[in-house]
Amino acid sequence: MAGNKGRGRAAYTFNIEAVGFSRGEKLPDVVLKPPPLFPDTDYKPVPLKTGEGEDYMLALKQELRETMKRMPYFIETPEEKQADPKSKKAKDTDKGTSLANTADVLKKIEELEKRGDGEKSDEENEEKEGSKEKSKEGDDDDEDDAAEQEEYDEEEQEEENDYINSYFEDGDDFGAESDDNMDEATY
Amino acid sequence: MTQAEIKLCSLLLQEHFGEIVEKIGVHLIRTGSQPLRVIAHDTGTSLDQVKKALCVLIQHNLVIYQVHKRGVVEYEAQCSRVLRMLRYPRYIYTTKTLYSDTGELIVEELLLNGKMTMSAVVKKVADRLTETMEDGKTMDYAEVSNTFVRLADTHFVQRCPLVPATENSDPGPPPPAPTLVINEKDMYLVPKLSLIGKGKRRRSSDEDAAGEPKAKRPKHTTDNKEPIPDDGIYWQVNLDRFHQHFRDQAIVSAVANRMDQTSSEIVRTMLRMSEITTPSSAPFTQPLSSNEIFRSLPVGYNISKQVLDQYLTLLADDPLEFVGKSGDSGGGMYVINLHKALTSLATATLESVVQERFGSRCARIFRLVLQKKHLEQKQEIPKTPDHAPSRTFYLYTVNVLSAARMLLHRCYKSIANLIERRQFETKENKRLLEKSQRVEAIIASMQATGAEEAQLQEIEEMITAPERQQLETLKRNVNKLDASEIQVDETIFLLESYIESTMKKQ
Repeated sequence: MAGNKGRGRAAYTFNIEAVGFSRGEKLPDVVLKPPPLFPDTDYKPVPLKTGEGEDYMLALKQELRETMKRMPYFIETPEEKQADPKSKKAKDTDKGTSLANTADVLKKIEELEKRGDGEKSDEENEEKEGSKEKSKEGDDDDEDDAAEQEEYDEEEQEEENDYINSYFEDGDDFGAESDDNMDEATY
Repeated sequence: MTQAEIKLCSLLLQEHFGEIVEKIGVHLIRTGSQPLRVIAHDTGTSLDQVKKALCVLIQHNLVIYQVHKRGVVEYEAQCSRVLRMLRYPRYIYTTKTLYSDTGELIVEELLLNGKMTMSAVVKKVADRLTETMEDGKTMDYAEVSNTFVRLADTHFVQRCPLVPATENSDPGPPPPAPTLVINEKDMYLVPKLSLIGKGKRRRSSDEDAAGEPKAKRPKHTTDNKEPIPDDGIYWQVNLDRFHQHFRDQAIVSAVANRMDQTSSEIVRTMLRMSEITTPSSAPFTQPLSSNEIFRSLPVGYNISKQVLDQYLTLLADDPLEFVGKSGDSGGGMYVINLHKALTSLATATLESVVQERFGSRCARIFRLVLQKKHLEQKQEIPKTPDHAPSRTFYLYTVNVLSAARMLLHRCYKSIANLIERRQFETKENKRLLEKSQRVEAIIASMQATGAEEAQLQEIEEMITAPERQQLETLKRNVNKLDASEIQVDETIFLLESYIESTMKKQ
């Protein structure tokens, strides 16, 4: 074609100077992929403001977040509800009767104990896996973890039932006796 | 609504109200107003759940309803109102600085519950305050009522629109949904209530005293029987009033930074005088005479009239143009140029962003272009009048409105990212967090029942040192992310105020 004068020779079809590049200058690289998701910034961001007001608002924000989750306006999906049997439905006419805004420790413990029921089986499974892996890897951390969980589990088990310790039939000396002193026989 | 705004709304709704409310809310934001059945059909949710979700959203002033022709009721979401949930801590803290703890709790309860009657608020706040007081002391309802009245008088809380009193001569069936109205003059009218009583402490030892197990303890026996004296009169927080306060704060502190304390006090006085007379979206305040300003200066501020006049002249002459002189009567009439002030603040924000992101040189160029309005890259004079590319020169300018919008959009994205990251961090450490909570609860219960130091130590050691380290790091990160959210919201406020003021002006 008539216009094909530059066969194979590189030539621009417009005045390159108008765009800002002087003749013969190295053009920027061709872009082959999208820019990185987290591009490097040349300058570090300015540190956050600190002060009494900022601290107070931060605490408020976190508190509000927790409080809102306990209010009757927080509607959980049926799957979530199954996991937590103690959730309240939003049927109160007096919308103010939500769970404690201030922490009521005893109530919370009850809640946690109940939840501990469901999670106990998870921990036991984890323990079993932990002890199996122990022999293979001989990993100290795993061992400690499993032992810790076992010990913790017992503790939790002790807490969650309603029996007073003195109801045990093991006798009043249970636990009080020193294990090291094996001189005397026990009947 | 941009995608960024919708995403942010989704995160906020989900965090505060759960997934069902989020689904319905986001659907309405995306599609505009829709009737009940269409919402249920389009979202694939049961009618019952849609109703519950709508109740929550309407209660919190996030969704409004309207009766359209043919008796169809349509629901519409207010995206910008959802975004205001980010600002709740700021509203509450501001009230604390103005009306101390009582005021703070009143606003907090109203924000948490959306709408409440005055009697319910007073009772709830009195109970909460009593909890924090020493044994034997209680908070009187009267004191809380007084603070409530003060909040209403200064317009920080306002009445919600009500069902209008219908005359019974209206024939035909009632409309499917009421159209709520509120009279301008009734908005801050406090009902005459004689709330007598004191806050009640919630006693955890009640069961021992009464000899009944906790489950059987009757809940609020007396309250349910008493009729609510102000039933039907609901109150909500007046966010616009708070925004006006934030704007005034920003202007005063800008003047203090640029000039000095006295100038900022004068400006603060002028703004205070204009609070009720000037609508918050006006481009400038009503003119105030120098004499009036002198009389309204805070008690104990000892500057002479001449000094005041000098300051006013200085302020009016300042290139920032926050204060303008509009006449000479009364010793000189002065106004605060609200729109100019907001523009300056927004521009300063842009300059700051350019500086921190691109460096001082870029910041200098940016400021130069802003100042000169139109600048050329190289200072060449055009030779020919035709538009040939080689001989046309291009000018650079900063379109402040456009740039502000773009930065605002970025802010929404930033906060969405911050929230997502925070949720991710919390989820990653969920097991550890739950474990630590359980341990704390056990320790607390053991302390309550009087356990020995050694036993407590043993329980505490259930959390290993590296786990403690992990928890520390998590807490630090979550705090940083939360604090960042709050501060980005401050920028959002400035930019939105400027954009709103500019749009109203046009």
